[in-house]
Amino acid sequence: MHLSFKRLRRILGALTLTFSSLHAAQAADVQVAVAANFTAPMQEIAALFAKETGHKADLSFGSTGKFYAQISNGAPFEVFLSADDKTAARLVSDGKAVGTTLMPYALGSLVLWSPTEGMVDGQGKVLATGTFAHLAVANPKLAPYGVAAMQALHKLGLADKLQSKIVMGENIGQTYQFVHTGNAQLGFVALSQVMKDGEISKGSAWRVPAEMHAPIRQDAVVLVRGKDNPAAAALMQYLKSDAARAIIQSYGYGIIE
Amino acid sequence: MPFNETDLRAIGLTLRLAGTTMALLLVLCTPLAWWLARTRSRWRGPLSAVVALPLVLPPTVIGFYLLVALGPNGPLGQLTTALGLGTLPFTFWGLVLGSLIYSLPFAVQPLQGAFEAIGERPLEAAATLGAGPLDRFFTVALPLARGGFVTAAILSFAHTVGEFGVVLMLGGNIPGVTRVISVQIYDHVEALEYTQAHWLAGGMVVFSFIVLLGLNLTRRARLLP
Repeated sequence: MHLSFKRLRRILGALTLTFSSLHAAQAADVQVAVAANFTAPMQEIAALFAKETGHKADLSFGSTGKFYAQISNGAPFEVFLSADDKTAARLVSDGKAVGTTLMPYALGSLVLWSPTEGMVDGQGKVLATGTFAHLAVANPKLAPYGVAAMQALHKLGLADKLQSKIVMGENIGQTYQFVHTGNAQLGFVALSQVMKDGEISKGSAWRVPAEMHAPIRQDAVVLVRGKDNPAAAALMQYLKSDAARAIIQSYGYGIIE
Repeated sequence: MPFNETDLRAIGLTLRLAGTTMALLLVLCTPLAWWLARTRSRWRGPLSAVVALPLVLPPTVIGFYLLVALGPNGPLGQLTTALGLGTLPFTFWGLVLGSLIYSLPFAVQPLQGAFEAIGERPLEAAATLGAGPLDRFFTVALPLARGGFVTAAILSFAHTVGEFGVVLMLGGNIPGVTRVISVQIYDHVEALEYTQAHWLAGGMVVFSFIVLLGLNLTRRARLLP
């Protein structure tokens, strides 16, 4: 077999190019577990993050309780964006997450929403009239937004009266689905699910005042598996950037300094 | 007591759902399986494929389409509303409908197999002795297909007990109405109540084993003289 010098040089050149491009980017992948309510903003943030840093965030969406069970049992996630502040702290005390990286990334807002125009009034009075068959609420046993919704109903003194009309979604994503398909006429969902570019995009809604429920503080943390991954640290940093915060706020979340 | 009150309600509801589904499936699937076993129609192939679809489709697909179709804007939802039944999601009968579809092949296929195994001869013999079509069906075909009915009953009951995805999509997790055992286990796991989850989950393993063992024993009993 005879390799011409020219051909050899071409092969070597290609190899060098491959190695140097690998080296230059230092791009890494990071596996991220994301609470279902943060799906839409996180997709936007991950796209920008990839463009600006070259790192790639692989996103998994689901309920916080399920992620806790999976992470406790060795799921290969490196960063966890929880829907509450308890679960992330619990993973730290379990030794599954790095305590020094724990930080709030968003403050959730609760909204009573219906896809039908005029169904929900600006004060949520529709709840007292009971002119609906089903009210969708995230399961308060599992979802922080469900806890907040039940607190608001208790505050209104309607929790017992409406008990028979409540249908429960396993997470806030399924709760939204029940309302969106019209099977429940209205429901308590995350503002982020119905908001786009700072506006509620369709239907009618009542933004539940923050003082009617305990704050829905959502914490992020680097998991033990991601502690040496530069992309994990970069993502945590990026969540605090102005660009990311603008996206987070455009979906109706608050920011905690 | 390993089971709390909501666990017991979930167990009761699951048995009621599986029993109702099994009974309805046996009634509905007998003519369907009979037709599939004996027809030469060109619709046999497509219809067999439709019957087998739930074996292949993810339960979430069935649940999602049912949720959309049965909702107030869906065609079936508008039909049930027009009939004065309201919409079916989040109700026991909504779950029954979902379970009928989900467990359909588990009832049709054993019945069809049993009917096919009878063959033409016993029926022709009965005809020559003067038995009409209905008489032949009830006094010859049904007794000969007894084994198929036992298998169809056991499988459709057990498969409905094991249903999760369809119920999750369609049910709304209402205690005593739509919160079945599998959803209750899911809730326990998600809420980190692993002890409660173990009792129910372990119970399901034992139940499923006994069902399959029983199925095996009834088959052997039928093979032995």
